[in-house]
Amino acid sequence: MIQIEGLTVRFGGVVSIDDMSITFPGGTCGLIGPNGAGKTTFFNVLSGFVTPASGTVSVDGIDLLAMPDFQRARWGLRRTFQTEQAIEKMTVYDNVLIVSEHTSKLSRAAAAADVSQAIELAGLKDKAKVAVGTLPASDRRMVEVARAMVGSPKVILLDEPAAGLPEGETERLANTIKQIPDAIGATVIVVEHDMSLVQACCTTTAVLDFGRMIANGPTGEVLRSPKVLSAYLGGEELL
Amino acid sequence: MTSIFRGITIRKALPVVIIAALALFVIPGFLAPFWVKVLTQATYYSIIAGGLVLLYGRVGLASLGQVALSGVGAWVFARLYYATHLPTPVLLLLAGLVAAVVGLGLGLPALRLSGLYLSLATLMMAAAVGIFISVLKFPNGGHGFSGIVKDQSERKLIARPSIAIGDTAFFRFCIVVAALMFGLYVLHLVTKPGRAWASIAQSEASALAAGVNITVYKLWSFVLVSFATGVAGGLLACDVGTLSAANFPPQESLILMAVVLMAGYHSLWGGVVAALLARLLPELLKNDDSVVGWIIQRFYGSWKGVSATIGLIMFGVGLLANLSGGTKAMKKKGLIS
Repeated sequence: MIQIEGLTVRFGGVVSIDDMSITFPGGTCGLIGPNGAGKTTFFNVLSGFVTPASGTVSVDGIDLLAMPDFQRARWGLRRTFQTEQAIEKMTVYDNVLIVSEHTSKLSRAAAAADVSQAIELAGLKDKAKVAVGTLPASDRRMVEVARAMVGSPKVILLDEPAAGLPEGETERLANTIKQIPDAIGATVIVVEHDMSLVQACCTTTAVLDFGRMIANGPTGEVLRSPKVLSAYLGGEELL
Repeated sequence: MTSIFRGITIRKALPVVIIAALALFVIPGFLAPFWVKVLTQATYYSIIAGGLVLLYGRVGLASLGQVALSGVGAWVFARLYYATHLPTPVLLLLAGLVAAVVGLGLGLPALRLSGLYLSLATLMMAAAVGIFISVLKFPNGGHGFSGIVKDQSERKLIARPSIAIGDTAFFRFCIVVAALMFGLYVLHLVTKPGRAWASIAQSEASALAAGVNITVYKLWSFVLVSFATGVAGGLLACDVGTLSAANFPPQESLILMAVVLMAGYHSLWGGVVAALLARLLPELLKNDDSVVGWIIQRFYGSWKGVSATIGLIMFGVGLLANLSGGTKAMKKKGLIS
């Protein structure tokens, strides 16, 4: 369970997140909102890249903001970025291994098994020894997800994982994300503009607009809420 | 293809083995003593250039203080040579270790910077080390901390190791040391530090998200390269016998960066090519008995060599071409016709 209390982030005079309070109960949770709503800033706060002006973030009673940035990954926080971060010249296996060897203290054999499991969960078992740069865009996105799943994470933040993917590939991605909580026990927060992906894999969804939390609840209800429709698309249906 | 060690395949290792074997057993037999000396310089220079390739190409750190660090290694080598009776390999090791400690001390504040600011900080650092060395002067056989004797007649030369007194033997000795240093670079690149450096070079935010302690791994790369650069400085001390600040001019680091950018910084081979460009090319242009001279004489009748400054101009043009995206891009921008 992730509890956020009174989180405020300011960049000079701009309030990027305004007194955000929310509890992510576990499982797969969506976080949506128009561009500039503060979603990625929220991820940056959790990752330690941005220091909030005020507020607390606790995960199962542990104060996340008290940890140095690089230790959060070792504690069990993983994230992906809007842009691909896997190293193109390295193999899928080595890309996932980087995260494993810096976040867990497993023996070489146990780490290899852990890396292989993450690659298999991402559906890249046959491509483990292939250089990432030679893979199609959909597989490269799955490498990012595999990097987030390795090393027994507690919280996984996925920042627009479906950006640029065709519809068929989004379905494959949604199936993988949906199985993460049961397969590895992590809470997943997905920031996404593709509502079909949010609908397919998130049990609850929260909505940010201009840094303020305007809705939170079961995904179906939230996506039909008039307030959300008005904020997001000026009244059009989201689904 | 079958991996020999951590992803190093026979296909990748074979050229290294062939070139090392050629350098050890074939090349010295064909060359005049002068060219053996030039290649010896290129060999220990390749250690410094290879280090810069690792720093810039693999970690993304543009250091302009590498030649000064080799000066630190040379100073320590000379001082310990006169003060102790330790064998040359041990002195080289100690020169490398002290250069690594100096690199650690200088890198700790400098590596918090990045890009242009890091380059400027390391350039200033090199200037500071240069001033320190020119005030302290290189040891020449005396006692005390600085090891200086004022009487010319009491000066002693630094001798080469007993197994490598002659020029050819010393060239082979340098090849073996350079192979060990490059082996050290490769060992790091194919294991955990190499992957962490690749992650940092890709994006520091992504590396942080992967749990990489960026400061530690950047420092690690700087210390490793400082060690090898210090060893190269020790080899230079052995080679020239008597040292002066003129052996380590601050602008040499800028030229080194230029040739590394020109030779290629994505592979350690770039370090070897950069060293050959920096040390061999000017001599090829300068000397009428070189291969270049021979070819030009064949086609044009006479050749008396040109100033080594032509080499510098070529490095400048090559650097511009590299930074401008190649000659096609340069033509497009009107930089060349």
